[in-house]
Amino acid sequence: MPEAAIDAAAPSGTAIAVRGLTKRYDGLVAVAGLDLEVAIGETMALLGPNGAGKTTTVECCMGYRIPDEGTVRVLGHDPRRDRAVLAPRTGLMLQEGGVYPHAYPEEVLRLFAAYYRAPRDPEELLQRVGLTGSRRTRFRDLSGGQKQRLSLALALVGRPDVLYLDEPTTGLDVAARRSTWELIEELQADGVTVVLTTHLLDEAEQLADRVAIIDRGRLIAQGTLSELTRAEHPRVTFAARPGLELASLSSALAVPVTEPSAGQYLVDADNEPELLVRLSAWLADRGERLEHLHTGTSSLEDVFLRLTTDDVEVAP
Amino acid sequence: MTRAAHDTEVARTTPIVRATLAQAAMELRLLVRSAESLLVTLGIPLGVLVFFSVVDVLPTGDRSPVAFLVPGVLAISVVATGLVAVAIQTAFERKYAVLKRLGGTPLTRGAFLIAKGLSVAALLLVQTVLVVVVAVAGLGWQPGGGLLLAPLLVLLGALTSTALGLLLAGTLRAEATLAATNGLFLVLLVISGVTFEAEALPAPLAALGALLPMGALRNALDTALSGEGLAVEATLVLVAWGLAAVVVGSRRFRWEP
Repeated sequence: MPEAAIDAAAPSGTAIAVRGLTKRYDGLVAVAGLDLEVAIGETMALLGPNGAGKTTTVECCMGYRIPDEGTVRVLGHDPRRDRAVLAPRTGLMLQEGGVYPHAYPEEVLRLFAAYYRAPRDPEELLQRVGLTGSRRTRFRDLSGGQKQRLSLALALVGRPDVLYLDEPTTGLDVAARRSTWELIEELQADGVTVVLTTHLLDEAEQLADRVAIIDRGRLIAQGTLSELTRAEHPRVTFAARPGLELASLSSALAVPVTEPSAGQYLVDADNEPELLVRLSAWLADRGERLEHLHTGTSSLEDVFLRLTTDDVEVAP
Repeated sequence: MTRAAHDTEVARTTPIVRATLAQAAMELRLLVRSAESLLVTLGIPLGVLVFFSVVDVLPTGDRSPVAFLVPGVLAISVVATGLVAVAIQTAFERKYAVLKRLGGTPLTRGAFLIAKGLSVAALLLVQTVLVVVVAVAGLGWQPGGGLLLAPLLVLLGALTSTALGLLLAGTLRAEATLAATNGLFLVLLVISGVTFEAEALPAPLAALGALLPMGALRNALDTALSGEGLAVEATLVLVAWGLAAVVVGSRRFRWEP
């Protein structure tokens, strides 16, 4: 069978391989030579300002767009040519719309379930996304959050191996966002590969194994959260009584220590156990109380802002 | 490919019949869910039939009004459902990214189109039966023949209308489709000889009406139901419209908003 040859060509363990992807719309470059690899079972967050090319990249993976240059392989298959193989294994959540305005959540979920050989139970999913009370409300009359949650349920009903979520929690309140995250975390535990586009940094931090930061169609950073944030200045910060003797402390730790603001200290070094022992000892010798200690990395937000700083249009 | 992966792909094949039937049922529910749509698809044809049969105000030739009206009312039903209702419904499905979203499911385009066709066929069956029952039982209509041919012509008209409806929905914006189909429907009602004899119209307008789908279907049905067999010219007009819609539609149809 033809699929066998295609699958054999796929490096084992790779769910999505994007190589040199370029896509233009009317001469405007949306994606410019993007490389991306997502391992099976991994959650990859595509992070970037609006218009960075995140959605175009996902739509090339979905087979909605034909790349102008480069290749895209999903589970070893060409997303357009092998749609019949990929579609039953793929779940999708569009940014908005996608459901009949006059249809009820219950019947749409049952309809989508009928597309798949072994779907999840629509009733169970309806409960999980909290729509049992709105099962007979027309889609157009649902709130924005309810529409989002129905879209998520529709993405999950076919038990996908690969799941694309385009801004899954935009417009959700805090509680709905948390329950959406929980649902996604369950899928991660089941080994589902997730590609998530978001401009919410905390969402990427919460869900993603790895983050790809995309700006103006290019991949500008990629890695696990700790890799990305460690590439920033490693540091240890702590709070204590203002006016500690910095020269003595610096020589005790063998690295520079500064006091950027009163009582806030910054140790310009990586988070080594030895360093913390020496810091504790130095403070203990002088009877100083350690008020607050933050080790290691800067936040993903620092990384993101530094990398995309030229056209800062980051949603809150 | 590993054994497990192979089993996964076999287990994941799309249940195509179940999917198509579920889709057709959904399409049908949506077709009858909106009151405006039902008014056009059921209300207008039946209203025309009953009102003008009982109130003989329009020039219907030397026949009884009902004998004149039945082929026209069937043609109205076919165009109202296949062209107007399908075009508007599909245009808004495209606008609200429903078609795009379905493109991300295992439902194939072929299955999608078959489901649309099945939903139209089911609704038309109900409409046709209603029209015939009302005409026979209520208005004393007796067909002069064509009991085999007329249903086939209704089917041909439905295919042609649905193809035209999908063509409009897939090429125009939703609002433009809404305006164009409603406007077109009104014009067709007037110039197709469905509610009154086309001979009452200026000759060029009547000729135009006979070359458009509603008039052609009406003429073919009239010939068949009068027991005069197949009206070749009118049938070819219908076929030509259907083929043109399929050819242009398959090149120009846009699934995305």
